Amino acid sequence: MSERKLRVMVAKPGLDGHDRGARVLARCFRDAGFEVIYTGCHQTPEQVAAAAIQEDVDLVGLSCLSGAHRVLFPRVVELLREKNASDIIVIGGGIIPEQDAQMLYDAGIRAIFTPGASLDSIVDWIRANVPGRA
Amino acid sequence: MYFSDDTLEASRRLSEKWQAEVATTLKTIPDRKNRFSTVSDLDIQRLYTPEDLKDADYARDIGAPGEFPYLRGNQATGYRGRLWTFRMFSGMGAAQDTNARWRMLLREGQTGLSTAFDFPTLMGYDSDSPRALGEVGKCGVAIDTLEDFLALIDGIPLDQVTTSMTINPPATVLWAMYCAAADIKGVPLAKIGGTTQNDMLKEFIAQKTFMCPPEPSVKLISDTVEFGVEYVPRWNPISISGYHIREAGATAVQELAFTLRDGIEYVEDVIRRKKIDIDDFAPRLSFFFNAHIDFFEEIGKLRAARRMWAKIMRDRFGAKNPRSLWLRFHTQTAGCSLTAQQPYNNVVRTAVEALAAVLGGTQSLHTNSLDEVLCLPSDHAVEVALRTQQILAEETGVANTIDPLAGSYFVETLTNEIEAQAWDYIEKIDAMGGMIAAIEKGFPQLEIADAAYKFQRQIDAAEKVMVGVNKYVTDNQQAVPLVEIDEKVGEEQIRRLKDIRRRRNSRAVSQSLADIRAACRNGTNVMPFCIAAVKNLATEQEICDVYRDVYGEYRDPGLF
Repeated sequence: MSERKLRVMVAKPGLDGHDRGARVLARCFRDAGFEVIYTGCHQTPEQVAAAAIQEDVDLVGLSCLSGAHRVLFPRVVELLREKNASDIIVIGGGIIPEQDAQMLYDAGIRAIFTPGASLDSIVDWIRANVPGRA
Repeated sequence: MYFSDDTLEASRRLSEKWQAEVATTLKTIPDRKNRFSTVSDLDIQRLYTPEDLKDADYARDIGAPGEFPYLRGNQATGYRGRLWTFRMFSGMGAAQDTNARWRMLLREGQTGLSTAFDFPTLMGYDSDSPRALGEVGKCGVAIDTLEDFLALIDGIPLDQVTTSMTINPPATVLWAMYCAAADIKGVPLAKIGGTTQNDMLKEFIAQKTFMCPPEPSVKLISDTVEFGVEYVPRWNPISISGYHIREAGATAVQELAFTLRDGIEYVEDVIRRKKIDIDDFAPRLSFFFNAHIDFFEEIGKLRAARRMWAKIMRDRFGAKNPRSLWLRFHTQTAGCSLTAQQPYNNVVRTAVEALAAVLGGTQSLHTNSLDEVLCLPSDHAVEVALRTQQILAEETGVANTIDPLAGSYFVETLTNEIEAQAWDYIEKIDAMGGMIAAIEKGFPQLEIADAAYKFQRQIDAAEKVMVGVNKYVTDNQQAVPLVEIDEKVGEEQIRRLKDIRRRRNSRAVSQSLADIRAACRNGTNVMPFCIAAVKNLATEQEICDVYRDVYGEYRDPGLF
């Protein structure tokens, strides 16, 4: 049985409109051969979690540059868990101070990518860590 | 003709000789790279000569400062009469916190104020909205009601200091608060001065702070333009902005073209309403550009912008008042050029960008703080950024003479090239039926996405260099202290808001919201009703909810 393409969702939780990074990544993931869903800006954590389940994605990449990641990222993981969808891997990126990283890892965010991370390094991480489902 | 035939002949002769010399030199010293280009990827030649300007006409294309086509500036005396305004964008936490920062900046020699609102305020949500979760006071100041606003401007002389407010979908509401505050303080509306950003088209294109669909959004903007002309003549009701377009990844040409085309769209809407004439309002249109890291490209862009707008106003709209032809603009150095790595290097980037803005002839300037890539700026970082402007203004001598780079073969050629490419975009958008139609097609959004993606690939491939990111990388990071906004700021703000809701006259609030609804429905100007509503302590979101309800909500189409 051939493995299906990885399905990846890029999401912008919160009110922050800084979507340059999210859109560059969405395009990069598409070029890398993933199926990509981009939510657009201004999503609540509830909308992100519901869309991730509905779209049956393997991974959600959250992007936030406003400082609201401390509240919003853990909330997305919590909602996925509540809906028995904790198999969906959640990663995050944006303006995320080093001292917040541990708190986010503890909350279940699997990887954090901050300014300077190359596109390839993010794709490589996904290929190595997201098994994909048949 | 700019150059005589003799000069051009001499130039050709010397260029031939020089080219032979180049061929010899390249055999022993090959060029460092195959291609030299700007940060926006425009090709740059090895040398520019009079031949590049052989078609230029001095009076038509260059001219004198204070004269059409205003390439060399709007003012006949340049910066000798008045320097640019030192205007640092600031806002954080609660109104009191921002007021303290403002007072510090004015004490340190800042000459104008500029307000950063938090995301809930920018998007038209109150601090207690579920949508505001985690965002209150984070990226700017939280303003829910006129009481917050009065605390924000406490002790600020509104008849002496001009204030800029970066506010877009709820611009009518925040401007109404400013007008109401002036009224309460006894300052006549005719005496207050400042700017509301109030440029919705670039929100759909780039910054993504939107609320209602494009057409009603532009209607509200035209309301402010008409209200300003009649009652607040020193106010700039719009700041037509390229800054955010550039930050979203646009090239310099795209920034210029999309910004001016947005300006055309606003002018057309006001003219269509037939209440005021072009020369009544055009002098109050203001602009806002980015000063990115590619020094000469930015200077060319800013000079081209002035010349293009003068032509647009004169030739497309038939404006007669010389002030209608002026492109007056604020500039901010490029946030996206700064790096989280080795953050102290950002001081140098900002200084170079600020110099480009000054040599491009800006009227007002914000210099980014070295830590803005990581968090809100600290007092210390913001002081260094302000001092950067003061050093440029007072020590370097760059403001001694007007438009010092005019006549440079390179700068004039680059200015011409940027202008020509920007006209191509404007024609393309005209052919689509205007900017709103272009936005609905996703045209500017996808052009910018292409440019952003290409640039990121160039960085990843080290075809373009960012020091500390893909070259001269070190593990020895320079730590900077980070400003953090306590989650308690939000809790306190919500407590104040609930208290106001309890003690205000709720019947008066309902009535004034009904008046705004009626104005939206029958197409009257909403501004007087907004001022009445904020005086009754209607909240920002209550007024914005009326807009959402009447006009509908715009959702991000999520193009990439």
